[in-house]
Amino acid sequence: MASTNSPMAPPRSFFWSRRIFLTLLTGFVLLPVYVMVSSSLKPLADVTGEFHWLPSEVTIRPYIDIWSTIPLARYFVNSLIVAGAATVCSVVIAVFAAYAVSRYEFHGKRVFTVTVLSTQMFPGILFLLPLFLIYVNIGNATGIALFGSRGGLILTYLTFSLPFSIWMLIGYFDSVPRDLDEAALVDGCGPLGALFRVVVPAAIPGIVAVAVYAFMTAWGEVLFASVMTNDATRTLAVGLQGYSTLNNVYWNQIMAASLVVSVPVVAGFLLLQRYLVAGLTAGAVK
Amino acid sequence: MTTTAPAEAAVGEAPSGAAKPGPRRRPGRIRRIGLPYLLLLPALLLELLVHLVPMVIGIVMSFKELTQFYIRDWGAAPWSGLDNYKVSVDFDAPVGEALLHSFLVTVAFTLLSVGLCWLIGTAAAVYLQDNFRGRGLLRALFLIPYALPVYAAVITWVFMFQHDNGLVNHVLHDQLHLTDKPSFWLIGDNSFWALLTVSVWKGWPFAFLIVMAGLQNIPGELYEAAALDGAGMWQQIRRITLPSLRPVNQVLLLVLFLWTFNDFNTPFVLFGRSAPAAADLISVHIYQASFVTWNFGTGSAMSVLLLLFLLVVTGAYLLLTSRGRKPAHG
Repeated sequence: MASTNSPMAPPRSFFWSRRIFLTLLTGFVLLPVYVMVSSSLKPLADVTGEFHWLPSEVTIRPYIDIWSTIPLARYFVNSLIVAGAATVCSVVIAVFAAYAVSRYEFHGKRVFTVTVLSTQMFPGILFLLPLFLIYVNIGNATGIALFGSRGGLILTYLTFSLPFSIWMLIGYFDSVPRDLDEAALVDGCGPLGALFRVVVPAAIPGIVAVAVYAFMTAWGEVLFASVMTNDATRTLAVGLQGYSTLNNVYWNQIMAASLVVSVPVVAGFLLLQRYLVAGLTAGAVK
Repeated sequence: MTTTAPAEAAVGEAPSGAAKPGPRRRPGRIRRIGLPYLLLLPALLLELLVHLVPMVIGIVMSFKELTQFYIRDWGAAPWSGLDNYKVSVDFDAPVGEALLHSFLVTVAFTLLSVGLCWLIGTAAAVYLQDNFRGRGLLRALFLIPYALPVYAAVITWVFMFQHDNGLVNHVLHDQLHLTDKPSFWLIGDNSFWALLTVSVWKGWPFAFLIVMAGLQNIPGELYEAAALDGAGMWQQIRRITLPSLRPVNQVLLLVLFLWTFNDFNTPFVLFGRSAPAAADLISVHIYQASFVTWNFGTGSAMSVLLLLFLLVVTGAYLLLTSRGRKPAHG
């Protein structure tokens, strides 16, 4: 880290302000996490009455009940399929597109990158309504059920993460020396061989970062999931709201379910965050 | 980079490529002309299907009287000229007045949220720049709000903001006795602050992540030189760290602004389908105007107005912040 080399020791004010700031911030960040974990271990009486910091008794009952109160397992599988497929497709498509932009000159290159990036600023609500109509009409005309199906959601989500993924991978591929793939070309690899044998392996951190981003985007999206799914294809983002529309609000179960659906992404993210920072450093933030 | 035309410089960057005579490269050239387009095709098709065509359709829809009767066959909906726009911007009538109110709430919310996210994220990144015990752990902890799925995180905040059994009232009322009686956080005027809190909690780690990555690109020699010149820690931060982050901040602030302004997930999970007036963000407002009343025409007109606003703001921002800065590659 840069400033560790500085010959001058930082003043005392730096240390105490750092301590205060980081303590407060840690509290702010962890408060909801604590509430989530502790409430998920409480009996129902504890979460319907006045709030208490500690459970009156610790129970794992909520973790058993969540699966029967709503069809959580089904939502879980739906989310896994949708987010998984969207991630894989998005990464593959972004790799191709970024490779083209990074390594070739062609007409419309600037138009392409600017257009793709500018879609980032579109309010989701703007194309929600038309996309809704397009999917319904494609369904009516061809019988391909996009509206209400996982396929439609996969298609939508993979496009959401595409602009950022392409943008980040262009930066990343640019940092892989061209001599490497030129050498592969001379050795008789085709352009795709050069891409997969040389450029992709050298850009793994960037690709992992993009995959993490794509998965998180798909796993957490609420707006399109709430309009474009039905009972059979509902994802966790919408399904979890099922706990609070019943007569009783089972807060302990809501917290348990929230924790269960968070663990895969948070664990994955924390394991791979080094790649994300490395990817951002090399790619997006230059 | 050489000073030749950028097209040639980029393709022929490898020394062998530039030196070789034209004819021998011909076959490769022909393949190369088609290949980039082929590689771009999937991305292009998807962008067209999910972003660009819907946008065009959305613009067309905004000129139609598209009520629930025409959903099945929206092409048959009668043209209505600028009626949808007139309704949207007639600020004396209820629809326009509500839209204007929602817009102003969103502007205030976005400015506060982006400012706080940036401030906290930058401070945390700068404080974590040194290596000290527990730094790796803190960095991981700080990224948790960003990693948590939006609905799981926001639903926890909903629980904390509950009137009778929430943590916030328990602390403020029962333990600290700061309020006379428990407050309502998810309805009424307080909802604005509840929304802001959740948004900042959720958003600042992204700023932290980006600034952290940006800090790693600042050469260590700059700090050493400054230290030799007698600059203290605070001066180094002010004179070197912050100015060096300018290009990063230019993009970061814009992205934060657009995401926050368009945010739907946070208010939707926090308040449900109908947000309280004090926290009626524009995305949820348009969603409601469209799906609750099934009036897609007016909803589309509002979306187009929103897009125009964002285009103008983004354009102006980029013009203002890029002025006087050298282009990235000279």
